[in-house]
Amino acid sequence: MGNTIKCQCGHVNPEGTELCEACGRPLSEEAKERKIADMRYEGAARRSKTHNMSIIDKTWNFFSSVKVGVWIIIILLVTSAIGTLLPQKMYVAAQTEEEVAAYYELHYGVVGKVYHMLGFNDMYSSWWFKILVGMLGVSIIIASVDRVVPLYKSLKKQRTRRHPSFMKRQRIYGVGKVDHPEQSVEQSAEQFKKLKYNVKLEDGAMLAEKGRFSRWGPYVNHTGLIIFLAGILLRGLPGFYIDEEMWIREGERKAIPSAPGYYIESEGFTMEYYSKEEADEVFGEALDKAGMIAKNYQTDAILYKDKDGALPGTTELEEVKRHPIIVNEPLTYDGYSIFQMDYRLDELYSMTFSLNEKATGESLGQMTIQLDNPAPSYDLGNGVKVEILDYYSDYAGIKDGEPQNLSPVPNNPAFIFKMTTPETPKGETSFVAIRQTLETEENLYEMKFVAADTRDISGLVIRKDKTLWILLIGGIIFMIGVAQGSYWQHRRVWICTGDEGELILAGHTNKNWFGLMKEIDAVKEHVQLPPYEDREDIEKEEKERLKEQKGENE
Amino acid sequence: MDYASLSANLLLVSFVTYLVATGFFGGAVRKSTSEKAYQKSKFGTVGIWITIVGFIAHIGYFITRWIASGHAPVSNMFEFTTAFAMMLVGAFILLFFMYRTPSLGLFALPIAVIIISYATMFPRDITPLIPALKSKWLTIHVITAALGEAILAISAVAGLIYLIKNIDMSRRSKERMWIEVVMFTVVLVVGFVVSTISFNVAGYEAEFNYVDKDGRPAQVTYNNPPLFGMNEYELLTPDAMEPIASLPAIMNAKTLTTFTWSVLFGTIIYIILRLIFRRPLAAVVQPLTKKANSQLMDEIGYRSVLIGFPVFTLGALIFAMIWAHEAWSRFWGWDPKEVWALITWLFYAAFLHLRLSRGWEGKKSAWLAVIGFIIIMFNLIAVNLIIAGLHSYA
Repeated sequence: MGNTIKCQCGHVNPEGTELCEACGRPLSEEAKERKIADMRYEGAARRSKTHNMSIIDKTWNFFSSVKVGVWIIIILLVTSAIGTLLPQKMYVAAQTEEEVAAYYELHYGVVGKVYHMLGFNDMYSSWWFKILVGMLGVSIIIASVDRVVPLYKSLKKQRTRRHPSFMKRQRIYGVGKVDHPEQSVEQSAEQFKKLKYNVKLEDGAMLAEKGRFSRWGPYVNHTGLIIFLAGILLRGLPGFYIDEEMWIREGERKAIPSAPGYYIESEGFTMEYYSKEEADEVFGEALDKAGMIAKNYQTDAILYKDKDGALPGTTELEEVKRHPIIVNEPLTYDGYSIFQMDYRLDELYSMTFSLNEKATGESLGQMTIQLDNPAPSYDLGNGVKVEILDYYSDYAGIKDGEPQNLSPVPNNPAFIFKMTTPETPKGETSFVAIRQTLETEENLYEMKFVAADTRDISGLVIRKDKTLWILLIGGIIFMIGVAQGSYWQHRRVWICTGDEGELILAGHTNKNWFGLMKEIDAVKEHVQLPPYEDREDIEKEEKERLKEQKGENE
Repeated sequence: MDYASLSANLLLVSFVTYLVATGFFGGAVRKSTSEKAYQKSKFGTVGIWITIVGFIAHIGYFITRWIASGHAPVSNMFEFTTAFAMMLVGAFILLFFMYRTPSLGLFALPIAVIIISYATMFPRDITPLIPALKSKWLTIHVITAALGEAILAISAVAGLIYLIKNIDMSRRSKERMWIEVVMFTVVLVVGFVVSTISFNVAGYEAEFNYVDKDGRPAQVTYNNPPLFGMNEYELLTPDAMEPIASLPAIMNAKTLTTFTWSVLFGTIIYIILRLIFRRPLAAVVQPLTKKANSQLMDEIGYRSVLIGFPVFTLGALIFAMIWAHEAWSRFWGWDPKEVWALITWLFYAAFLHLRLSRGWEGKKSAWLAVIGFIIIMFNLIAVNLIIAGLHSYA
């Protein structure tokens, strides 16, 4: 326990109290010196003003300062701004760290090189940015706790009768003789009640108070912010946050990554443009100028789930939901959301070839090759057979006598066929790529390209974010706190009898003094009260004086 | 007449009306002898009614355009900026009836007029919505964000009046220089409008082929004499001016050209004004603030931040996050527009802390309000046109 200060009224205050929590007498030398009391935290003892010994005290004091808080905000603001000067890493078309570095240097020269070197290209996931946000969080918590606890205590402990030395130091103050002081006090109580004040009466003293809850506004909104930040922290824990992408081709059914037991099938991808014929007439000019304006991206999807009670290893599925996934309208189920994010049009799906006799051009039959899963051989009947000896889905020329394959995606398919007919029972081989045919020796037969089928691919994003509701609650609490603190005022009026039969009146509000005076004047119409004045000028002088003093000290 | 052309005419009506109303507010400030007379001034009363007529026309523009296009007219630069100006005027009308202060109108309306002129420099065609914008959140998010920004902008107008009135123009000082910089910036916007209109009237056009930053061939049309050429440009229009310099691919030479022309025109206009008045512009307009009550301007500035801040938070951050989650699958992606909304929010949070806890009132608070407006404008103009991100629909 720290030291205490016992006030003349008998109330025991914690060390560092400026104004007695009960009667309001100034306790410190500084408070006694002031003509108008500093009422910001009711003159209560704040930890940051009384402890300054240990490291913990010093840290606490550092973070409890609003000045420090504002500096953190400014630094965050400036670093955020720097991060927008050049595109961030995630918006850059480069994969590896070297590619990223090269990208910045190539596109932005020396500036880009330095930007990348300093790590500004990944500003928002950099450790220092995270530390800054963390410091802001700590500052919000400490600065709030440092103030709200003593404020709460002293507002709870305030006595109805305040000492004249407290009354005298209020900005709104009046003292004078009235005909019946006791009666004036009681009548004022009645009148203030009519104005929706909470009124307390105690042997010739009255305290009328309203809107105390507005004092908690700042702490409520800070709580909202802390909840929001906590929600963001939670996303780092496994299971709270899933973010995956997948590509799915028309007609395909695939397991959804990070969503065990769920599968998605694409029935088809649609991409539409506005056309002048269909669209509203008013859009005519814009369409003429812009040419093509996209209207819709849509994947018609079916969501499947492992059948309940199905044996492990079996692939029994049940349909859960059929839903067109379009931009702005994700498919949602069981906390998962599936978004339409990207597309690729016209990926080769199958190719149809005809086996022709070169000399006559006569066809011996046709075959269609499924490019993602070609069969090893195709029987065309009548003893005609075509085998696929080798398949290159993404052929990129021949290097060192070997055909090169870049990827399993059928961007540029090439085949080595072995054609067997009754005429050529040993079979002839031929290398066939798009617009290219190579033969080791002159063949009698050839594979002639007939047609290709394409299909579209949808780029989907799968999200599950269990923290969203925390963020939303944080946001709502923040808004409530801001409204509470901004649009209501904490007003108090004290009226009491003095030692020599005079009546003393004092008033305080945390803002909108004009409104408070209007209400006191309304009461004054019904009750005999001493004249009072708003001593704003004295308060201003006081502030100036203190500022100068502080300046000298610093 | 169809809705689309009715809409365009209504906007023109409101534009002219605001200009006329500004004249009346000027009359209220010049003709009244005392503060009481100024508050009750006939000029002021006529001025506010004319403003209201203009505002109704402006709302008429908004509604008819909405009907014509079938979506809230806040989907591109022109639409957003005119809506922003409309809300600015709306906020002013509200404040006028609370505080009866013609001075505020004398500054707020010209600023609204400049903002509308700026907006009309962008394509005004009614465009159909791209898939990303097809959502009820377009209406909710953009309108709330614009409203918040407009209320915050009013605080800057009050701050500007406070500063012009209270800065000593007879002595050389830093604050006198900075307030003149603010005036100059306003003239630059006028320069942009004048240069764009001049070259449009002259019908100037220059077409180019160039190579974009990904090495692909592209085409561009300048509507002003091309001071700077795009990367590896090739001029297609005969008789058009040959660019002075070619810029690297990452820089948009067209934007830079427009910017340079605006600065050239703005500077010339500024010099002409200085030659006419033979005084800094801030000193020229200072008499117009004579009747403004400093304490009241401080109060209006603070109050508008108190109201504008939560509205901005709701529109530009909370609703924005909800929509971003629905459209882009993440509620926050550090897109430049998002970051600048956060910066704006942080700035006003600092403003409120400095004012409430550290007693920054008067000039300091007024400067902060003006800086806040600059940040908002930066987000509207520079982030859309220069720092391209997901939001560059203009």
